[in-house]
Amino acid sequence: MTAAPKFLFDRRGWAFYLGTAAVLCVAVPLLNFLPGPSSVLRIPDYLIPLFGKYACYALLALSLDLIWGYAGILSLGQGAFFALGGYAMGMYLMRQIGTRGVYANPILPDFMVFLNWKELPWYWWGFDHFSFAVLMVLLVPGILAFVFGWFAFRSRITGVYFSIITQALTYALLLAFFRNNMGFGGNNGLTDFKDVLGFDIQAPATRRALYIASLVALGAGYLVCRAIVASKLGRVLLALRDAEARVRFLGYSTAHAKLFVFTVSAILAGIAGALYVPQVGIINPSEFSPANSIEVAIWVAVGGRGTLVGALVGAIAVNLLKTWLTGSFAETWLFVLGALFILVTLVFPRGLVGSLQQLSFRRRPLAAGAARESMQ
Amino acid sequence: MSRLGRLLIVLFALLAATASARADDYHELVAKLGSDSFSDKEAAAQKLGELGDGRAIPVLKALSDGLLYTTSDNRVVIAEPSGDGFKITDAADGTALGEVKEDAITKVRVNNRLRGLITGALSQMTLFSTDRSQRLTAARDALRHLTPESTANLERALAKEQDTEVRQALTLALSAAQLMSGTKEQRIAAIGVLSASDDPEVRSLLGQLANSGDLDPEVKQALSAAQSNLEHRLMWIGFAQNLFQGLSLGSVLLLAAIGLAITFGVMGVINMAHGEMIMLGAYTTFVVQQIFRATLPPSWFDLYLVLSVPAAFLVAGFAGIVLERTVIRFLYGRPLETLLATWGVSLVLQQLVRTVFGAPNKEVSNPSWMTGGIDILGGGTITWNRIVILGFCAVVMIALSLVLRRTSFGLHMRAVTQNRDMAAVMGIPTARIDALTFGLGSGIAGIAGVALSQIGNVSPNLGTIYIVDSFLVVVFGGVGNLMGTLAGAMSLGIVNKLLEPVAGAVLGKVAVLLAIILFIQKRPRGLFALKGRAAET
Repeated sequence: MTAAPKFLFDRRGWAFYLGTAAVLCVAVPLLNFLPGPSSVLRIPDYLIPLFGKYACYALLALSLDLIWGYAGILSLGQGAFFALGGYAMGMYLMRQIGTRGVYANPILPDFMVFLNWKELPWYWWGFDHFSFAVLMVLLVPGILAFVFGWFAFRSRITGVYFSIITQALTYALLLAFFRNNMGFGGNNGLTDFKDVLGFDIQAPATRRALYIASLVALGAGYLVCRAIVASKLGRVLLALRDAEARVRFLGYSTAHAKLFVFTVSAILAGIAGALYVPQVGIINPSEFSPANSIEVAIWVAVGGRGTLVGALVGAIAVNLLKTWLTGSFAETWLFVLGALFILVTLVFPRGLVGSLQQLSFRRRPLAAGAARESMQ
Repeated sequence: MSRLGRLLIVLFALLAATASARADDYHELVAKLGSDSFSDKEAAAQKLGELGDGRAIPVLKALSDGLLYTTSDNRVVIAEPSGDGFKITDAADGTALGEVKEDAITKVRVNNRLRGLITGALSQMTLFSTDRSQRLTAARDALRHLTPESTANLERALAKEQDTEVRQALTLALSAAQLMSGTKEQRIAAIGVLSASDDPEVRSLLGQLANSGDLDPEVKQALSAAQSNLEHRLMWIGFAQNLFQGLSLGSVLLLAAIGLAITFGVMGVINMAHGEMIMLGAYTTFVVQQIFRATLPPSWFDLYLVLSVPAAFLVAGFAGIVLERTVIRFLYGRPLETLLATWGVSLVLQQLVRTVFGAPNKEVSNPSWMTGGIDILGGGTITWNRIVILGFCAVVMIALSLVLRRTSFGLHMRAVTQNRDMAAVMGIPTARIDALTFGLGSGIAGIAGVALSQIGNVSPNLGTIYIVDSFLVVVFGGVGNLMGTLAGAMSLGIVNKLLEPVAGAVLGKVAVLLAIILFIQKRPRGLFALKGRAAET
C-alpha cells in the first residue's frame, strides 16, 4: 500500500499470485487422481471438498476484511449474506432432485410434501434454472446489503452500533429461517442434493470441479478487492476509516463509498456461500447464527486486518486448527477459540500477516512510509 | 324395644341390603371392565360413573393409564411394574396378590372413546367427593366433558352443594348442559348465565351451538348477543394477560440489560461476555441451592434464594472486575476490539462452566413461596415467580438509582460518564471507578441470573439467549440512561408479547428486530438520547 502499484501487483506479486493459483488449481486436483491410490503423493478424496470449504471460508473472510480492514465497518452479519447465497444455491440443488426424493414428487421438494403443501411457493419459481439461481446468489445478498446499508450509512450508524444491528439482522434471519412455514425447510434446511448441472454431486470429478470453482472465485474475489483498495476509492475508504468526519468535510460522500464496498462485500460473501453448499451438502438456519459471523471476524483478525492476504491466511489457519481440534480434542476447541479472540486483540492486533509486514518494514526503514501509521 | 328402635333396625337392614346390592353391582361392573368387547367395557365404565362409588376411581384411572390387567382366572387386577414382573392387586377390593411374570396377565385394551368415557365417569364421581377442591375441579371439568347424562348428575350435585364457589362452577356446567340439550326457555336462561362467564370453553360451546343450524329465532338472537358480548370481554382479558406477560418479559429483559447499560453507557465498553455474567449468577444460585440441600434442614431451604442474590452479585461482580483488570482496560478506546475480546471471554467462560458442571441443564427449584400462581379471570394464571421477578426488578432499579444518585461512588461514576478528562482533573480515580463500575454492572447481571434461574433452564448457553436482546434494549433505550433502559425493556417486552398472538412467537420477534433496526436509523442514539456535550462524543 505504499506507492500505487502497477495494475494491482508488481511483477513479483503477479508471479506469486499466478504460481499459487497454478499449484492450487492444477497440481492439487491432478494429485487427487493421477498417482495410484496407495501412492504417498495422492491427495485423498475427502480432502478435496475440505480444501474447497476452506476456499469458501477464505472468500468469506476476504469479504469481511474489505469492509472491516479498509472501511472500519465491522459487520457481524456477514454470515447472513453467506447463508443467503447458500440458500439460493441450495434451492437450485433442491429443484435438481426432481422425482428422486423420498416422496418422488415431481414438483415439490420433500419437506413441502411432508408439510402437506400443494403448490410451489412463488419465491421458488425459476430456481430450476442454474442461471437464475446464480443471479439470485448475487442479487439477494447484494440487494439486502444495499438496502440495509443505505439506511444505516445514511443515518451515520457506525462502529459498535453497526456491529450490533448487523448482528440483530442475522439473528432475525436465523429465527425466520427456523420457521417451517417460511418454505426453506425449517430447522433441517435443504439437503439430500443429488446433482449439480447434471453431474453427480458426490462424484470425485464433480468435487474437483467445485474445488477449482471455489478457488477461481477466491482468486477473482481477491483481485476485485485488490482493485478496490488500490483505487482512489480505496484511499477514501482508508481515510474514512481513520477520520470519517474529516473525509466528509473534504467533500467526499462517505455514505456512498461505504455503501458500495458493503454491497460488494455482501455479494462476495454470497458467492462463497453458494460454492460452500454443494461441497458440504447441506444448508440450514444455523449458518445464520451470530456466533458464525463473529467467528469470521476472528479469522480476519488472526490473519491481519487490512491486508487481504491476511484474511485468506487467517481463515485457513483457524479452520485447519478447528478441524484438527474438534476432531481430536473437541472439549478444548472453544477454549482455544476464546483464547484466540483475547490474545489476538490484546497482544497481536496486527495478526500474522500484519506482523510479518511490520518486521519486513523494520528491516527496510526507508520503505516504512506513512501508511503504516494508519494500521490502528 | 321402642318403636323407634325397631324402625331403626328395619332402616339399617334396608340400607345394608341396598349397600350390598350396590356392592354386588360394583364387583360385577369391575369384572366387566375386563371383558373383551369394547361395548361391554364402555357400558361398565359409564355405569361405574353413575354408581358414584369412590372405590371405582383408582380402577378407572388404572384402566385409562393402561395398568389394568386380567389374570388367567379372569380376575381383574391393577398391575404395577416391579423388577422383571408386575406387582398385582385385585382391582375390586384392593387385596394384594403378589408378583407375577409378564406373561401371566393380559392387558385390558383401551381405545380413545373408552378413555373419553372414563374421564367423564371420573369427573362425575368426583362431583360427590368429600374433598372440596376435588369437587371444584370436577365441577370445572364437567364443563369440558358434557354428556347427555350430565344434566341430571349436575342437578343432583347442585342440590347437595353448600360451597359458593363450587356452586358457581356447577351452575355454569349445568347451564352449559342445558344449552346443548334443554328446552327453548332453558336455553335462553342458560345463555344468560353463560355469557357472564369468561371461560374460553364457554365461547367454543356457544360457537358450536351457533353453528349447529336450526335454532329457534329467539335463542339465536340471545346467542349472537351473548357471543359478541363475550368476544369483546375475552378480547380485553386476553389483552390484559398479554400485557402482563409483556411486563414480565420486560422485567426479565430489564434485569439482563441494566448491567449492560451501565458498562456500555458509562465506559462505552461493549461487553459480549455480559450474558455469561448472567449465567455465572444462575450457576451460583444452583451451587447455593446444593449447599443448602446438603447441609441445612429442609425447613431452611426456602431461604436459599435470598442468600443467592448477594452470592451471585459477588461472584459475577468479582468476575467482572477481574475481566476489566486483565482484558478490557487494555482496550479502552477500541470498541471493536473490546467486542471481539469479550466474545472470546464469553466462549471461554461457557466452556469452563460446561467442563465443571457438565453440559446438561441444571435443575434449580423454586422455593415454596414462589410456586403456584393466582387464578385470574378467563381461565388463566399468573404465576408467583413472574410476580416476584417483576417486584424484584423494581427493587433492583430503585436500589441502583439510589446508588447512582446518593452515594459518592455514584457521583464519581456519573462524573466519569459525562466527562472523563474533567473528572480525572478533579481528582476522581477514573481507573478505579472503571473497575468498580464494571464490577457493579456484572454483579447486576449476576442478580439477573438468579431471577432467570427461577423461570428457565440453567445451562452453559443461558447467556447467549439474552445477549442480543439485551443489546437491543440498551441501543433502543439510549445509552447511558437508566430510564431509557427501563422504557426500552418494557416496550420491547410488551410489543413482543402483544405481537405474539397476532403473528406467532417467532415472526413477532423477527418483526420487533426489524422494527428496531429501522428505529435505530431514525434515532441512532436511542429513545432517550443524551443531550448537550456528552452526546457529541
